[in-house]
Amino acid sequence: MAKKDFELTWKEIPVGSIVHEPGNASEYQTGDWRSQMPVLDKAKCVKCGICYRFCPEPCIVKDDEGYYVADLFYCKGCGICAYECPKDAITIVKEEH
Amino acid sequence: MSTLNTLQKLKDAGELFMPGHRACIGCGEVLAMRQVCKALGKDIIIANATGCMEIISSPFPTTNWNVPWIHALFENTAAVASGVESGLDAMRRKGRGPSQDVTVVAMGGDGSTFDIGLQSLSGALERGHNFIYVCFDNEGYMNTGIQRSSATPYGASTTTSPVGKNSIGQTTQKKDMPLIALAHHIPYIATCTPAHPTDLAKKIKKAKEIKGPAYIHVFSPCPTGWGTDSDVAIELCRLAVDTGVFPLGECVHGTYALTKHIKDLKPIRDYMKLQRRFRHLSDDVIDQIQAQVRAHYAVVRSKCGVVTN
Amino acid sequence: MAKRVGAEGSFAVAEAVRLADTDVVAAYPITPQTHIVERLSEMVADGELKANFIYVESEHSAMSACLGSAAVGARTFTSTAGQGLELMHEVLYLASSMRLPIVMAVADRALSGPLNVWGDHSDAMATRECGWIQYFGENAQEVFDLTLCAFKIAEHHDVLFPVMVHMDGFHVSHVVEPYLLPDKEELGDFLPPIDYPYPLDPNKPITMGAFAPPAVYSECRKAQDVAVNSTHGTIENVWNEFAKRFGRQYKPIETHKTEDAETILVSIGSFNQMAGVAVDKLRSEGKKVGLVRIRLWRPFPLQAFRQAVKSAKNVVVFERSMTYGGTVGPVCAEVKSALYGIKDAPRIMDFIGGLGGRDMSPKQFEALFKRAQEIFDKNLDIQYETIGVRE
Repeated sequence: MAKKDFELTWKEIPVGSIVHEPGNASEYQTGDWRSQMPVLDKAKCVKCGICYRFCPEPCIVKDDEGYYVADLFYCKGCGICAYECPKDAITIVKEEH
Repeated sequence: MSTLNTLQKLKDAGELFMPGHRACIGCGEVLAMRQVCKALGKDIIIANATGCMEIISSPFPTTNWNVPWIHALFENTAAVASGVESGLDAMRRKGRGPSQDVTVVAMGGDGSTFDIGLQSLSGALERGHNFIYVCFDNEGYMNTGIQRSSATPYGASTTTSPVGKNSIGQTTQKKDMPLIALAHHIPYIATCTPAHPTDLAKKIKKAKEIKGPAYIHVFSPCPTGWGTDSDVAIELCRLAVDTGVFPLGECVHGTYALTKHIKDLKPIRDYMKLQRRFRHLSDDVIDQIQAQVRAHYAVVRSKCGVVTN
Repeated sequence: MAKRVGAEGSFAVAEAVRLADTDVVAAYPITPQTHIVERLSEMVADGELKANFIYVESEHSAMSACLGSAAVGARTFTSTAGQGLELMHEVLYLASSMRLPIVMAVADRALSGPLNVWGDHSDAMATRECGWIQYFGENAQEVFDLTLCAFKIAEHHDVLFPVMVHMDGFHVSHVVEPYLLPDKEELGDFLPPIDYPYPLDPNKPITMGAFAPPAVYSECRKAQDVAVNSTHGTIENVWNEFAKRFGRQYKPIETHKTEDAETILVSIGSFNQMAGVAVDKLRSEGKKVGLVRIRLWRPFPLQAFRQAVKSAKNVVVFERSMTYGGTVGPVCAEVKSALYGIKDAPRIMDFIGGLGGRDMSPKQFEALFKRAQEIFDKNLDIQYETIGVRE
């Protein structure tokens, strides 16, 4: 785990302020930006992966059964997956906070 | 943290740009960028201009990048990429540097491409560096709060081309950036959108294979700046292509081709009505824009050897 | 074996770049730097220098290309002057904050306007906050030696900062002088191959140029400030090693007849040559006067400078640029800041001249020494005077 910006002392700044750990921003949770979430109806899903193709995060990956599922840790709830799903298998549901 | 082992699965799927980035909800540009990166593959070095894609992906001490990436300034990305390419080339000749072939990629938005970075881009294209320049065109300075650029289309309302008693919004025509790139006689130029991912991947791969500079222009809808719902980025790309606003094509060693030929252009209204930035326009102005789009498409068609109606 | 050759400063710099087996040169022509890039172009065309020369379309792109080249680990050189250095300005900060070991020779030139292509230090002084190591050479031999050393210093893992080698436009860049040019054999292992530790490489992806929010920007700046201030030791070590091998010694602060001097002249760049002649003349007249030449300008050698002037009653600064609206010129401001508050601090007077290529003779330095005495003796409240302007 990388230290947070406000935790770093000047002595801990790497030469050139280089970030040496690839992809470490993935510790940041973007899922809490969300006010609505995608819900997959597995009965309609044909596992085509179009939702994954068009996910801007990307946060949609295959689960053990081969269904494409949004990881809610990252999903911002844009709804593109639902809009683009050729089988209308994804619905966007308002979330209560 | 996530429970689906998401990051590993994404890496296994060849994703080079990781989630947890700060792009707006439904951003079409970041979607386009990750498609471009995936098509490029991991043996790349990216020089990224200041702008949305830079700021959303690199809050020190973290990064969303899984590939070597350098950001310096707004207007110098093509020059930085020139140095990367020349440095690698010189070292390779002397038996140093990475052992594999490395593709050098410069990326910028329309602000850094059409406007402030046009000179450094022109220089890099003219010098013939073996690199790919990718312009993610969201038609304005979105990162600084939706100001007009020379890529903002006629009639669009932005914070610096606002609608007022004496103005309909942007009063100038969008600069034809791919044509400017073409004027450098570079071997490869293509236009793409994230709604046509197979086409996009094919063009990126072509750009990678062809030696010399390649210019890739990617249409990148911006829900925040264009005033759209968050789920229509892909729909907007499709409509932009199908209405003739953004023709999909390429030019290989001077030979033009439309990669998606639209026989019957959809009405421009279909595209505009999804966007708040055009909502103020009168029917007269929309008709005028419609005529311009058709005329422009006809020119493109004729260049591509397709007979106009 | 070293051979004695006659060449202008520009060509001497080019020879150093060639001997360093530089990988990439990215430069744009500008007077009075042009002879450097012309000579390097010839060397590349003849295969004497196996570098890629990037013929950029501006100095902004020159420095930007240098960033990219240095970031992949290539030995990188550029050169500019005056307006060119100003056009690079914002990129210079990136080179230092990213810790990229770029070497740049600057044929110092006046800044517009009015347009003037001749020598002074306006450009060098405008870049003094950019985080580069900056030092000055006064003749062909010095700029050759110091350019060679610049690669070794910049690329040293305890340094990793870009280095600017300054030489006064025309007075050094274009004056033909004899100098000793060593060959590869004599160079030996003085300059090892570049081994930049953090190159952009797909086999080990890093992110360079991440943005720092307010929560960490200050820490980044402090880290850089401490790092540049801790390069003094390496700079001196490299110069000492150079002296051992080639017999020519460079120091951050160099002195001439200062031991018992009551008045010390302080100067920088090619002024030193004339000031030195003036000091010898004044000494022959019995005046207790000496000269301190500031060779290393950034990071400023504070302790060495204090040591060099500590016994003087008077310090007279000569410099080649103005600070519009400031209290004194930039060199004098540094000098005052360095000496303020020390015990028995000397009185300080600043003379600004040699602007835009205006020649200065040793006689003028003698006269100004006397003018300074007058100002000190009469206790006049004068901070600086501009030399030789028609009233």
